[in-house]
Parts: sequence; C-alpha cells; structure tokens
Amino acid sequence: MSAASDVGHHAQRQARWHYGEIAFWLVVLACGFAFPSRYLIMTDILRLALFAMSLDLILGYAGIVSLGHAAFFGVGAYAAGLLALHGIVKEPVLALIVAGLAAMVLGFATSFLVIRGVDLTRLMVTLGIALLLEALAERFSNITGGTDGLQGIEMQPIFGEIPFDMFGKAGFFYSLAVLFLLFLFARRVVHSPFGLSLRAIKNNPLRAAAIGIPVNRRLIAIYTLAAFYAGIAGALFTQTTAIASLDVFSMERSADLMLVLVIGGTGYLYGGLIGAVIFRMLQELFSTITPQYWQFWIGLVLVVIVLVGRQRLHRWVLYVPNLIIRQIAGRKAIVAVPESDS
Amino acid sequence: MTAILTNLFDGVAYGMLLFVLACGLAVTLGLMNFVNLAHGAFAMAGGYVCMVLVNRMGWPFFAALPLAFVSSAAIGIALERTLYRHLYTRSHLDQVLFTIGLTFMSVAAVDYIQGSSRVFINLPAALQGQFDLFGVGIGRYRLMIIVICGLLTIALQMVLAKTRFGSRLRAAVDDPRAASGLGINVPQVFAFTFAFGCGLAGLGGALSAEILGLDPYFPLKFMIYFLIVVTVGGSSSITGPFLASLLLGIGDVAGKYYVPKMGPFVIYTMMIVILIWRPNGLFGRTAAR
Repeated sequence: MSAASDVGHHAQRQARWHYGEIAFWLVVLACGFAFPSRYLIMTDILRLALFAMSLDLILGYAGIVSLGHAAFFGVGAYAAGLLALHGIVKEPVLALIVAGLAAMVLGFATSFLVIRGVDLTRLMVTLGIALLLEALAERFSNITGGTDGLQGIEMQPIFGEIPFDMFGKAGFFYSLAVLFLLFLFARRVVHSPFGLSLRAIKNNPLRAAAIGIPVNRRLIAIYTLAAFYAGIAGALFTQTTAIASLDVFSMERSADLMLVLVIGGTGYLYGGLIGAVIFRMLQELFSTITPQYWQFWIGLVLVVIVLVGRQRLHRWVLYVPNLIIRQIAGRKAIVAVPESDS
Repeated sequence: MTAILTNLFDGVAYGMLLFVLACGLAVTLGLMNFVNLAHGAFAMAGGYVCMVLVNRMGWPFFAALPLAFVSSAAIGIALERTLYRHLYTRSHLDQVLFTIGLTFMSVAAVDYIQGSSRVFINLPAALQGQFDLFGVGIGRYRLMIIVICGLLTIALQMVLAKTRFGSRLRAAVDDPRAASGLGINVPQVFAFTFAFGCGLAGLGGALSAEILGLDPYFPLKFMIYFLIVVTVGGSSSITGPFLASLLLGIGDVAGKYYVPKMGPFVIYTMMIVILIWRPNGLFGRTAAR
C-alpha cells in the first residue's frame, strides 16, 4: 500500500462514526426529556458548547490563539436582537442565519488582520477588535441600547409554528437542533482534506506551505467559518434569552471560553461540548459555595490545569473509561484525545 | 493654547505612569517571550499595599511608595520561583491560560479582602491642587509623577547600558545559550529582572491610584494598555516602550478631551493600525521570537 493511500485510509477510518459518538448524542437528547425543569441551564450549556466548538475550529485545528472571540458572538447576538426588535426578519431560523452571516462578514474582514504576525500579535489584534466593538456598541447607544442592552425583544414562533415557551423547552430543542446540524457540518469539514491541511498548517506553517498548501487562504477560510459559528451561538443567546447586553463582547467571555475548551481538550470537536458541560457545572458549584467570588476558583482551575499539563490531565480523565472499554471489549483503548500542543 | 499645554502635560504624566507600569512587562513579554497577562495584578498589589499603609496605618505617602515596590517585587519573585519558571518553555496558549487564571484569582481575592469599590490613597497636602506656570495649570501630583518616572527611566537606561548586570541581561536576552556558556546565570538574571519589573509595576500601581483609579478590576481594565505599550513599542530597547507610552498617554488624554464621544475607540484603532502596519512594533526589531 502506498503512503498516500495509507494516509487516506487512516483519515477515512478516523472520520467514521463511532458507537461512542452516537451514544453521546443520544444521551444529550435524552437529557432533554429527563430533566424538564432544567431547560434554561441546559440551553445555556448548548450555546456555550457551540461557541466553544467555534473557537476549537480555529484554536484546535488551525492553531490561532484568539482572545477576542466574543467579538463574533456579540455581533451575532446584537444582529439577532436588532432583527427581532425591529421586525426586519421575523422568522427565528432565518434571523439566525442572517446574524451568523453578519458575524461571518466581520470574520472575513478581520481575518486579514489576524493571519498577519505571530501569536502575540494575533492575541492583541483579536483582543483589540473585541474591545473596539464593545466601545462601538457603547458609543452608538441609540442603536444598541448602550449599557442597558437591547430590551423588549419578542421572538416569533420558529417556522411560524412552534412558539418559544417560558420554560425554555422549545428553546432547548431548537438550540440542540442547531448545534447538532452545525456539529455535523464541522465534523465533515475537519475530516475533509481541507481539515487535514489545517492541521498541517498548525503543526508547521512553513512546511505546509512547502508542500503546496495555500496557508493564508486556508486560515482565512477557517477563521471566517468560525466567526459564522460564533455568530450563530450569539444569535441563539439573544433568541433564547430575549436580551442582548454589552457584556456579550467582554473579555471575560473570551477567557471563559478558552477555559471551556481547555477543560474539554482542543483539537477534537467533542472537546468544546464536554468542556461546556463541565465548565457550567463547575460554575454552578462555585457560585453556590461563594456567590461573589466564584471567579477565584475558576482562575484556580485554569492555573492548575496548565501546571498539571493539559495532556496529562486528559490521560487521567480518560483512564477509567479506557479501562472499562478494555475490560469489556478486550482490545486496546479507543478513547483518546488527539491533541498536539499548539 | 494653555488648554493644549495643560492637556499635553497631563498626557505626559499619564504616559510616564504607563511606562513605569508596563516596562516590567516589556522585559517578560518582549525579552523573555513570556505572555504575562497577569502583570496588572502586581501593579494592583502595590497599589493596595500603599493604600493600606497610608490610610490604615498612617504611614507617610513617600515612605509607603518604596514598600509598594518591595512588596510587589517580593510577590513577583515568589511566584516566579514557584510557578512562572515552569512555563517559560510552554506554548503561548498555556501561558495565556495560566496568567489569565492568575488574574482572575487576584481580582477575586482583592475583592474579597478589600471590597469591590474604588479606593483612594490619602495624599499629603503638598501634593494636592495645582499651580500656574505661565498660565498653564500644572497639577502638583502629576508633576511629581513626571519627576519620579523620569528619574526612574534615566536610572533604568543607565543600569541597562552601563552596569555589569545590564550587559548580562542584554546578553541573556540576545542568546540565552551563548550567555550561559559564558558563565552567566541566565535563570537568575531573568528572575531578578522579573522581580524588578513587578516591583516597578507595584510602584506604578501605588502612583496610579489617584489618576487611573484603583479597584479590584484594575488588572483586567488596564491589561490592554500594558500590552499596547509593549507591542507598539517593541522591546529592543527601553526607548521604544517609553515613546509608545508617551504616545499612548498623550493620545488617550487628548482623545478623551477633544473627542469624548469616541471614548477609547481612538486608542484601539491606533493599536490595530500600528500592529498591521508594523507587526513587530513601531520601534522594535522583534517583538517576539
């Protein structure tokens, strides 16, 4: 077997659906029926998961460190809010897509700034863009509502059929559907030759360029796509909570997002999803212990994760599941975090 | 005309202050290539130490300033030896995560100990108010800042350029391997420099309580300013960050005075434009290697 077809075979095997993945989504769906009193927080987790998946696309796959991913989240959130408030696009799904596209346009425009320079410059530029947008939103308070945020948003029924109820049931299943569809698409993208080329760029941009990958164009494409995802996450936020305020742009949101991704693990799409669940649980736990100072514990978690080492941590976490799989299936472990340090 | 001069004066004072706050970061970020987003936390520590000493224990302001420096430097060296040291060789992502974590912890901890409201340091009467010099209103406190920070800058420049330690530091930065081959204890030099930078930040924090405002969110609010100073100024010399701080200070004061509606907008736009135009900083050879 030649090397090229070997690589192709390997990539195809990786791209196949595992039983574990199907089980994962069934569990998520089952949660929707099992905990009817917890729709609000579960919707929150889904949104966060989508947002984290968006960051994973650029951080985990393309290796772009961003401290300002909230910019796209915020644009999506305000776009969806304004569309609904002024009745421009009434139908939520359509508005969702329009909001995503708005973020995508911004992502495309700013991607040219981001692909220049090294990690540090990227960090600064992404952070700067988010801060700039926050300042803009504050400045044009006649449009955005300033520090009060957009208020009085009334959502129309989804497809004109299913209204948003006050328990958040419709919102939950709506978010879940959106997340699942976007996940399918992201999964397709990262397992495509395009996705493989992104990993090559992440590992070594110079070598990637040498074997004929158009590095800059690929980075622009994935950055734009990630912006679209973040915009959708932001729009979901506005649509399910009926509010959009200035804090959608805040730096804490971007930082929290990084924590989500780091807890879950970068470079595989489930990282964001699992991380979102764990992060929200941690946050709930900490804010019940110390309502005012939960940030301290979140910070401590970050510090400990980095000091212990992300890869080692994931080995520990996966130790028990792998042990069980080995006992039952009698073969080598299949659950692993395919993560290379960025 | 006098309004312009007063603004210029305020801008220079503000810029000098930013320089003292950020020049420690110029060393860690620019020279040691370590992304330290927690730099503001050291500044905040110094500010709070000074506040407690002056307000609660009745120390004179000028006696409390050196102690702000010392305490921040002590915290800096303790953290450097125990935690930071392990992260020098890690990826930038790890460094960002780690230092953001530290920042969050410091914010919550100070909030817990001192409360979330803004604190003021009781200034001696000699530093309050302003006087006229040829019709230009000059704030006494700001004049003091310019004097202190100006002297510090000259001293720093002298230390870097003339002393044995300065040449060791420059050697260690230029090529750590060759420097350690020549018998320079590179980790020690870096640790000392790190501590000194933290101390300067602490001093800056104590001085800035009056001008920038000191509250638990200080590290988050001013993080971007420190980063701007370093990335725009580059790090090949001390002059780069110094000029960048002055530019930033004057630009920010003038922006807030003449176009108050644009808010911080001007600064961020300027930063992005400069970074796109010269990714290695205005005055720098290399901002990061």
